[in-house]
Formats: sequence, C-alpha cells, structure tokens
Amino acid sequence: MTLTDLAAHLELKIFTAGVPLDKPVLGGYASDLLSDVIGHGRKGDLWVTMQVHPNIVAVAVLKDLAGIVLVNGREPAPETLEQAAREKVPLLGARSGAFDLVGRLYGLGVKGS
Amino acid sequence: MALRRFRADLHIHTCLSPCGELTMSPRAVVERARAAGLDLIAVTDHNTTENAAAVIRAAAGTGLAVLPGIELTTAEEVHILGLFDAAADLGPFQAEVYRNLPDVPSKMKFVDDQVIVDADDYVTGFSPRCLFGATLYSVQATVDLIHGHGGLAIACHVDRESFSIVSQLGFIPPGLKLEAVEISPRLSPDAARAAFGPFGPLPIVRFSDAHKPEEIGSAVTDFLVAGTSLGEIRLALAGEDGRKVIPS
Repeated sequence: MTLTDLAAHLELKIFTAGVPLDKPVLGGYASDLLSDVIGHGRKGDLWVTMQVHPNIVAVAVLKDLAGIVLVNGREPAPETLEQAAREKVPLLGARSGAFDLVGRLYGLGVKGS
Repeated sequence: MALRRFRADLHIHTCLSPCGELTMSPRAVVERARAAGLDLIAVTDHNTTENAAAVIRAAAGTGLAVLPGIELTTAEEVHILGLFDAAADLGPFQAEVYRNLPDVPSKMKFVDDQVIVDADDYVTGFSPRCLFGATLYSVQATVDLIHGHGGLAIACHVDRESFSIVSQLGFIPPGLKLEAVEISPRLSPDAARAAFGPFGPLPIVRFSDAHKPEEIGSAVTDFLVAGTSLGEIRLALAGEDGRKVIPS
C-alpha cells in the first residue's frame, strides 16, 4: 500500500503538497520519543507521532521512513514543513489520536515488526 | 581580578515543585547547601520562580550565593534550565510563562504539594497551577525566552530517558544556542562524553536536580571564576577571560 492509498482511505491531510506519495509503506511505528524511533524505526515505516519539532524530519531521513503522520489535528511547525519539503519527507495529518489511527492502519494491513 | 574555584549546584527544587519534598524549605535548602560545602546554588522549580526570592533572602549573610532559576517544560516535554541574575526582576518573565502554561482539570493538580513560602519557611500560599505540565513553548522558543530575559539556558539531564532533549528529540537541534548541557548525578562527565559524544562545543555541567534535602550537592560543578554572579558563570561556560568549568 502507498501513502496515496492510505491518505485516501483514512482522509489524511497532506502538508507537503510537492512531495511524492508513491513510496510503498512497509510497516508502521508509533512513538513520541525521537530517540526511540531512532532505535526501533525501520526502513519504509510510516511513523505516527504528535511531535512537530523539525527534528522529526531528520529522524525520518536517518531511518529512511516512508513518511510521518501527525495525530490529534496537530500542525507542523513552519520550520518542520520547510525541512520536510526540502528533504522530500511526506508529512501527513490525522484528526484522530494515535490509538485510533494505528488501529485503522492495522486494519488496512500496515503492521509493526 | 583573582580567580578561584567556586563549587556550584545550580539545579535544586523547593517545596513549590509538585515533586519536591515539603521539607525543601528555604532555610533547609540553605542549611544543607552550606553543609555540603557549596558556594553557589540555583533555585529551579518546575515552570515557576516564585520561591527563588525567599531562598535568596534566607541565604543573605550566610556566605552562600543563590541564583534565581527555573526548569521549564517545553511543548516537546524537554526540560530546559533557565538561570538568571540574582537582582533580575523576573515578574514579567514569570507572567509570560504562566500565560503559556495550559490549565488542566483541578483533580490533576498537586495544589497541596505546591507550597509558596517566605524566607522564614512560613507558608504564604499554594500555587493553583499545573506546574508539572508542558508549556506551549517549543525548545527554540524556550531558549529565546530565557535569553530575552538575560538568562542562561541549559539542557537538563540529557542522559535521562525522559524529559531530556536527547530522549524527546533524538539529538540536540543544530543551531540551538544553549550555554551548556547538564548530565544527571548517575553519570560521570567522561561516561557522558563516551555515551553522547562531545556535544559539539557545549560544556558539560553536572548538578543534583535535588528534590530532597539530602540530595543537595550530590552532583556539583566547580567553576574557576572571580565571583558568584550570573555574569561570571556565563563567562566560565563560554570559556572566556580565563574563566572556565573545572573538569571533574
């Protein structure tokens, strides 16, 4: 499944309009501790978080994640958005909290390790 | 001006912090700090400076110097220490922090444990705020706020697995103008460098983060400075004019 498919199914907001969403999503990871994502995130994971700090983009690049979904209707900080566009990291948003979003992702076949 | 070694513990809570013991009264803090051989301490409660003046007054004439400070919780749940000049008027700073500290339902507060006291340890009030909550400030905005009020900004207990800039943000954002990074008493400076790298040019300091009297002075940093003012500590952290952090 690609980010385009997931965004359509889950009615996700797309913050990075110019960044392609055709990367395959290989799995998922949910955490608000960036040190934890550095330790446990895997290549191709879709990362579910409420952190909006610019460092989330650097972590996504470091771990080669498929993209980031911000939950609870959170908006990225302006600098985060700039960096995501520059680094071509897809940044999406969900109205729901992490629990509901992860449940729905799981139902669509996106699973953890 | 003659430089000498001053021993400092610049991260100490009082009974105003919800997690600080009620025994952390101004007189007890001063007494314990003197017994521990400290020259300089800072009062750093969570998101508040309201007990700092009482501790400064309680220390008057004892030879112990006290800086007012704060341990701010950023929106990312990173703890950042702000240290200020002893003569600074922190009223406007505090008002701004409270405006950016969201209120929570009363049952989640620790009102009974947030005690405002005077220099003689008399209770003068209880803070009605959720002092342990996160402010609305990002890490960058927090550092800017502290600097805007003439203070020094230090990332707290970077080796801890919670509320540290490393645990919350993975690494220290490049370009963030901190004056130092603090490591917790459980780690030696050498072990910190081995675990986290040299933190670029940032000096490493080690303070107790005391919540109980017996913890005061359990981790200290020695400064080679001419006195105990904030300006001297600023010079030492920057390694200027011969002032420096003495490696422990």
